[in-house]
Amino acid sequence: MIRHLITAFSPNRIWAMVLRYWYLIRSSLPRMIELVYWPFMQMLIWGFMSQFLRGHDSFMAKASSTLLAAVMLWDLLYRSQIGMSVSFLEEVWSRNLAQIFISPLRPFEWLISLMITSLIRTLISAIPIFLLAALFFGFRVWDLGWPVLAFWVNLTLMAWSISLLNIGIILRAGQGAESLTWALTFMIVPISAIYYPVSTLPYWLHPLAWSLPSTHVFEGLRALMFDGVFRTDLAISALLLNVLYMVLGFVFFFWCFAAARRNGQLFRQGE
Amino acid sequence: MKNVIAVENLFKSYGSVQAVSGITFSVPKGQTVGLLGGNGAGKTTTIAMLLGLLLPTSGRIEILGQDMSDQRWKVLPRMNFSSPYVDLPHRLTIYENLSVYARLYGIRNIRKRVEDLAETLELTDLLKRPVGKLSSGQTTRVALAKSLLNDPDLLLLDEPTASLDPETADRIRTHLADWRNRTGATILLASHNMGEVERMCDHVLMMKKGKIVDRGSPGELIEKHGRKNMEEVFLTIARQNDATEPRP
Repeated sequence: MIRHLITAFSPNRIWAMVLRYWYLIRSSLPRMIELVYWPFMQMLIWGFMSQFLRGHDSFMAKASSTLLAAVMLWDLLYRSQIGMSVSFLEEVWSRNLAQIFISPLRPFEWLISLMITSLIRTLISAIPIFLLAALFFGFRVWDLGWPVLAFWVNLTLMAWSISLLNIGIILRAGQGAESLTWALTFMIVPISAIYYPVSTLPYWLHPLAWSLPSTHVFEGLRALMFDGVFRTDLAISALLLNVLYMVLGFVFFFWCFAAARRNGQLFRQGE
Repeated sequence: MKNVIAVENLFKSYGSVQAVSGITFSVPKGQTVGLLGGNGAGKTTTIAMLLGLLLPTSGRIEILGQDMSDQRWKVLPRMNFSSPYVDLPHRLTIYENLSVYARLYGIRNIRKRVEDLAETLELTDLLKRPVGKLSSGQTTRVALAKSLLNDPDLLLLDEPTASLDPETADRIRTHLADWRNRTGATILLASHNMGEVERMCDHVLMMKKGKIVDRGSPGELIEKHGRKNMEEVFLTIARQNDATEPRP
């Protein structure tokens, strides 16, 4: 089975789909601007907020930088998830899913192309924002060093797991479920320890919070910014959780894909 | 391999609704076969199952000698499909769309292939135009160009000339007929246009309520039902109550 998957795998077909999504991104200037607009607004609001807090005492100064870093990392997760899910929705909106799946493209090749596109879209959003945060607020994300890469990888993997869940639901339930694309990630915001530590949450919510890779990442960020320590234990636990959720995400997607082939959704999407 | 398509006792049901009820047919290599029937007769469901987009409830589909239940990926590079009800991305230009699909089908020398097809289908001047800004006739020609990119051994067409003016529709039919004569490919055509069927098809399968209720060449069916043309044959069969397939 695994050997069959490897031999059947075609980088050319993945490249074709990445090109297809790239053509789509570059075809619309407003959409290109939109990729940067919302993260820029987030960064501005929280940047000014952190400047206000920074004026009070040293704890607040650290807290304010942590807040800004957390907001920017959170946005990476959100943009990665949106980047993958919206690329899928583009196929639904343009009634193109059937065309894709009667071509030799395999579903897992398509998923990989969606992930690469998500990465491209996130980079288009993130690079200008990181540069502008350094320019406007003197916050240089690269000063945090290699741990930022570990945070990024973990948040991206988590975003892709959420997208697999999201795409699976839309394939199974139809286009009526598309609003989940923008809502799904926000469901985990209150318990991801982005703006406050897990200890702030009611005790009974702790297991749920710790079951999310994002909680490990943001607690790790807090440890790095307050204590100057990179908690490898948190990075590894986030990675292990991500591996688990990615596997579950793929299983769920293929289950929904098979169901869509049984109930005709693959042919009727977008109608 | 004599038959390009071999369908055996194919069923598809959605809950209690029987969309396709035990159809059996085959399509020999090089023929154009029409799949006819009114709305809801089961034509599109049958085509979706042949393409592997829809899983049958039961039955067997063999295409180009391969069982579609487990060898679909071997066959897909050798077949293609065109329908006005399935779109191409609107914001991509014709060239971008065709080059993406050419890559998916593993075509070498993509530029030449796209330019050749564009010339044949009179799309050369439009190659840089987004698909969303084309007329319906132009969109149909682009969809046809996409379906011919890989020079398929089997081409499935679902109402290829729907919503086209008679002149454009005629050009499409002429092009398809030329292409088939040149390549020896097999075509399965679902259509409501009986003139088109008479002109293009060697053989016809009449569907009603998910079943094949009659079959034969257009000439045979016209003679058998004592009518002047396929339009009248279609109406006769559509208005028959509880029609069942005549025994061979």
